[in-house]
Amino acid sequence: MEAVLFFLAAIGALGGAMGVVAMRNPFYSVLALIVHLFSLAVLFLLLTSAFIAAAQVVVYAGAVMVLYVFVVAYVGGGGEPVGETLPNQRFLAILVASILFIELSAAILSSALLALGTHGPDVPAGFGDPAAIGRLLLEKFLVPFEASSLLLLIAAVGAIVLAGRKRQETA
Amino acid sequence: MNIEWYIVLSSLLFATGAVGILVRRSPMVILLCLELMLNAGNLALVAFSRMVGNQQGQVFALVVMVVAACEVVVGLGLIVAIFRRKLPLDVDRLRGLRG
Repeated sequence: MEAVLFFLAAIGALGGAMGVVAMRNPFYSVLALIVHLFSLAVLFLLLTSAFIAAAQVVVYAGAVMVLYVFVVAYVGGGGEPVGETLPNQRFLAILVASILFIELSAAILSSALLALGTHGPDVPAGFGDPAAIGRLLLEKFLVPFEASSLLLLIAAVGAIVLAGRKRQETA
Repeated sequence: MNIEWYIVLSSLLFATGAVGILVRRSPMVILLCLELMLNAGNLALVAFSRMVGNQQGQVFALVVMVVAACEVVVGLGLIVAIFRRKLPLDVDRLRGLRG
């Protein structure tokens, strides 16, 4: 059962990723990314991290993707021009990425991490649920938590400054 | 499933995102491919966190999500600003940083 779910979610994640890369219309790329994110949430659930899976669906597939859809609708999803700037750019890119994949896999799988070939240790029932993650965030990782909230604030202000400048100038 | 399956899937997704960044020319799709790569990193973090039976890796994954959200917000703000100045949304033609 777990293996079936894993392969279904893996196919979904991989198909979504390929769709993002291959679709010519940015709107379809965004929709493919939503498929990818939902499949990743299933994978996170299989790895017993319920809170991350929920945050993935709510934050990414919900909020961030709505932002993307708005901007694509605003800018207009015109297809990008066909043709390559560099000769053989597509072939070179796929070659580089294959080398990257082989290298990453070889580096990790040939490492001395013996636990890679296992399911991981048996964990208690509350592993990765919101209570456990919340306790970690507010006790052990309080400073990074506050720093990330500050980062979000700065990003929000920055986006307003970047996107709203011209309207102020003309007004 | 063994943890190595998750790790291999994560590196495959990372490579797919890299292809997208190298091939595509619309800055919006490049941002989407950046999301792919960040999510591949997240999958590896959560898989390793399961491997050692420690939840701290999941906190890292949450922080990566926050950083990704910030990057999206700033990137989309830039795209909207580029669009308002009637510049082409094509990274091969946007070469100068001078406004």
